[in-house]
Amino acid sequence: MGRTRQHPTHDELLVFERSSPGKVGYQLPQLDVPPVDPYETLGPSYVRASIPGFPEVSEVEAVRHFTRLSTWNYAIDLGMYPLGSCTMKYNPRLNEAVARIDGIVDAHPYQPEALAQGLMSVQTTLEAYLAEITGMDAVTLQPAAGAHGELTGLLLIRAYLESQKSKRNIVLIPDSAHGTNPATATIAGFESREIKSNRHGTIDMDALRAAVDDSVAALMVTNPNTVGIFEQDIAEVAELLHARGAQLYVDGANMNALVGIARPGDFGTDVMHLNLHKTFSTPHGGGGPGAGPVAVKSHLEPFLPIPRIRQTDAGLRYDWNRPATIGRVRAFYGNFGVLVRALAYILAHGGLGLRNATVDAVLNATYIRKGLEAHYDMPYRAASMHECIFSDARQARRGVKTGDIAKRLIDYGFHPYTVSFPLIARGALMIEPTETESKQELDQFVDAMQQIAKEVEADPELVLRAPLTTRTSRVDETRAARKPVLTWQEPPAESGSD
Amino acid sequence: MRYLPKSPAEREEMLAALGMGAVDELFASVPEGLRFKRALEIPDGQSEFEIREFFEDRANESARGYACFLGAGAYRHFRPVVVDALATRGEFLTAYTPYQAEISQGILTSIFEFQTMVAQLTGMDVANASMYDGSTAVPEACMMAARITRRNGFLVARTLHPEYRQVLDTYSTHQGLPISTVGCDQSTGQLDLADLEARLGDDTAAVVIQSPNFFGILERVEEAAELAHRRGALLVVAFSEAASLGLVAPPAAADIVAGELQSFAHPSSYGGPYVGILATKSRHIRQMPGRLVGETLDADGRRAFCLTLATREQHIRRARATSNICTNQALVALMATIYMTLLGKRGLRELGEHNLAKAHYLSDSLLASGTEMPFSGPFFNEFVVRPTVRTAAEVNELALKSKIVGGLELGRFYPELDGTLLVCATETARRAEIDAYARCFR
Repeated sequence: MGRTRQHPTHDELLVFERSSPGKVGYQLPQLDVPPVDPYETLGPSYVRASIPGFPEVSEVEAVRHFTRLSTWNYAIDLGMYPLGSCTMKYNPRLNEAVARIDGIVDAHPYQPEALAQGLMSVQTTLEAYLAEITGMDAVTLQPAAGAHGELTGLLLIRAYLESQKSKRNIVLIPDSAHGTNPATATIAGFESREIKSNRHGTIDMDALRAAVDDSVAALMVTNPNTVGIFEQDIAEVAELLHARGAQLYVDGANMNALVGIARPGDFGTDVMHLNLHKTFSTPHGGGGPGAGPVAVKSHLEPFLPIPRIRQTDAGLRYDWNRPATIGRVRAFYGNFGVLVRALAYILAHGGLGLRNATVDAVLNATYIRKGLEAHYDMPYRAASMHECIFSDARQARRGVKTGDIAKRLIDYGFHPYTVSFPLIARGALMIEPTETESKQELDQFVDAMQQIAKEVEADPELVLRAPLTTRTSRVDETRAARKPVLTWQEPPAESGSD
Repeated sequence: MRYLPKSPAEREEMLAALGMGAVDELFASVPEGLRFKRALEIPDGQSEFEIREFFEDRANESARGYACFLGAGAYRHFRPVVVDALATRGEFLTAYTPYQAEISQGILTSIFEFQTMVAQLTGMDVANASMYDGSTAVPEACMMAARITRRNGFLVARTLHPEYRQVLDTYSTHQGLPISTVGCDQSTGQLDLADLEARLGDDTAAVVIQSPNFFGILERVEEAAELAHRRGALLVVAFSEAASLGLVAPPAAADIVAGELQSFAHPSSYGGPYVGILATKSRHIRQMPGRLVGETLDADGRRAFCLTLATREQHIRRARATSNICTNQALVALMATIYMTLLGKRGLRELGEHNLAKAHYLSDSLLASGTEMPFSGPFFNEFVVRPTVRTAAEVNELALKSKIVGGLELGRFYPELDGTLLVCATETARRAEIDAYARCFR
């Protein structure tokens, strides 16, 4: 299969099934104060008898348990992760090391400000760099993830419009958008209205013009959009919105295509969020933690979440006295450890280096596009940036869908691309290599995709059965949803066994 | 640049293969007028050594090497080295959300274990794969309660963490979910049950309380549940100190439990990343937000796990999703799972007993130093104290001289408690440190 071979992996039970009473994997220091009887001190009704079913294993068993589980995962550290829109790039280990320095890792959010100056300056430094990168005026680091940033951004827009005595309840969202956009609009108390894309996959200006009226609060747009194409009319879009009193929200999920090349703040963006776990390389960790800072133009600055950090004669201070604020979106100051990692990433690249990373990301995607365009249909012909989209139209005629091709890619030693998204491209294969793939890795990927295209012609059944080399064969997701089993249950004791 | 794996020659070769002479041609689709013409004003790229030094310097401008009696939603606990050793394995650290089940069984299995342990700990039937943190889990629980009951009013205990309440206010304002506050019994520091009963109405979707509450005091969960249920409302129980769950009776009478698991092996990290949990009864699972992992079979009939019930979620249901949450806190949840596995049934109990013993030794020491305790309710590892010899600010100022960060001055959040401190002692507090802090009150 080119670059993979099968090798034995360990079976492993659930930790509950490995347990036996009396085992522990941990020792506390000798108690150096008098013990306290919980029943007496708290009262019997406040004390629990035990935690039924809770694990009881030794340290070495715990280590083996999780190590064995880890070997069942694919990861960036193993190879390319071409998930379109997810920006799975290499996660430098240095960033892990600096986030774990004493004084940072054990800092308490309520420690005195005089003893938190270094931590506050990490925030102000990162805010300044993100503002420079995006061309925006102010940044909040509080949101915990991209979708949380979207919510924050829409609440800022709402607060701003209310301050202008403007009642608007519609958020326009292109049909190519991530699902979080319409979901966020609902959570923020707006109604979302879909804008159809044109045949190039970009915003249809006529449709937009027809949709923008006095009920529209904002347009949420991803640029480059989810088909990897730069919205060339974006400045005109911004003008159109502003002329009607609406705001432009940019979803920064694809900001990694623009860093150092173009700035949303320069093309009329009023508010945007960034995904630090995408563009700024903080590890995805199997689904988080992320961070979703929000950058705004000055007219939205008074509404940012509290607290803000202010430079005073006595050093950096938190400012809580912000009458127009939307309030808090999260306790404390956001996912601080993630902010540290993102700042370390920016420092490593520097201004010029960040631009070079963008160049390589677009170069890699364009190179893949060129390598595959003869083998897979392309729904959109416009030049793409950091990701490229194909469709399974040709393969579907042989009964093979994008999801099947994705599963076959696993056999070739790659994580699948993003399957069936964006929704506007039927049977989409959405491929984003990022800048941290070598030419060799890209060549192997292109070769694997070409091989699969040939297999579809010669032996579609083979592809439909994939993956054939994984320890777990195709997983029955329908069964899981039909009768959900979401927790492990202790098997009933066998009657009469003893 | 060390993170970019191409030689200049390879870059040229690739450009040539694309028929391009210069990298700028890659950006032909960005209109000339929108291009960024100057260089970013960010210093040149630095070496590993310099970056480490930069953060060491920042750490030295922090409370490095201080003892700490702060709790209030962020707790200092021992962290077994095994947790980081396992959680920083690249196969966990650098994996994506496990949509591709066949090559994600490791993370899926661990999330299934996480869901199980959270359910066992909280006395609920099911738990999701995690929320951002405790403060955002609470509004998600409230929106869930509103969907279940088809009502929109909320009664929120004044003893819920003030920052959690602020977050809830932000969410609820824009959802049109009116909130009113339920007072606190001035003698016990617990929820005022009479006030709760008086405020409950036919429009109340849920009552939200915290136990241990913000003052460290255990709440009367069953009584609150009974009052809420009598009026057709749900009870949401929040918590910020997960270490209590090994010792304290679980909030099994609640309908939804929303909390913070930072105490389980994640450092306080200046406020984040943490990991929120949301647990509930089986009948409510389809109204739950967030990701869920379920058990199933693979094509060969072997046990396997996958993300499930995705029709609740934003990427399928879009505007009608139960929440907009996408990325959550999987890695921190994994750390908590490893921690819960290492401590296990006995360790969590012992941990709870040590916290109880240290906090009560601290309270005895402070009472002996002439302080007053305004509340009589049972507390776990933190409590409210009013210094009498010095002011709260003076006590903490003095403590800093001994490299001790003292408790939280409560006047900041509760004007009526101005002059008091919320102090916390976990299993990490040494007796000598407790004694030294107690001396500052004299």
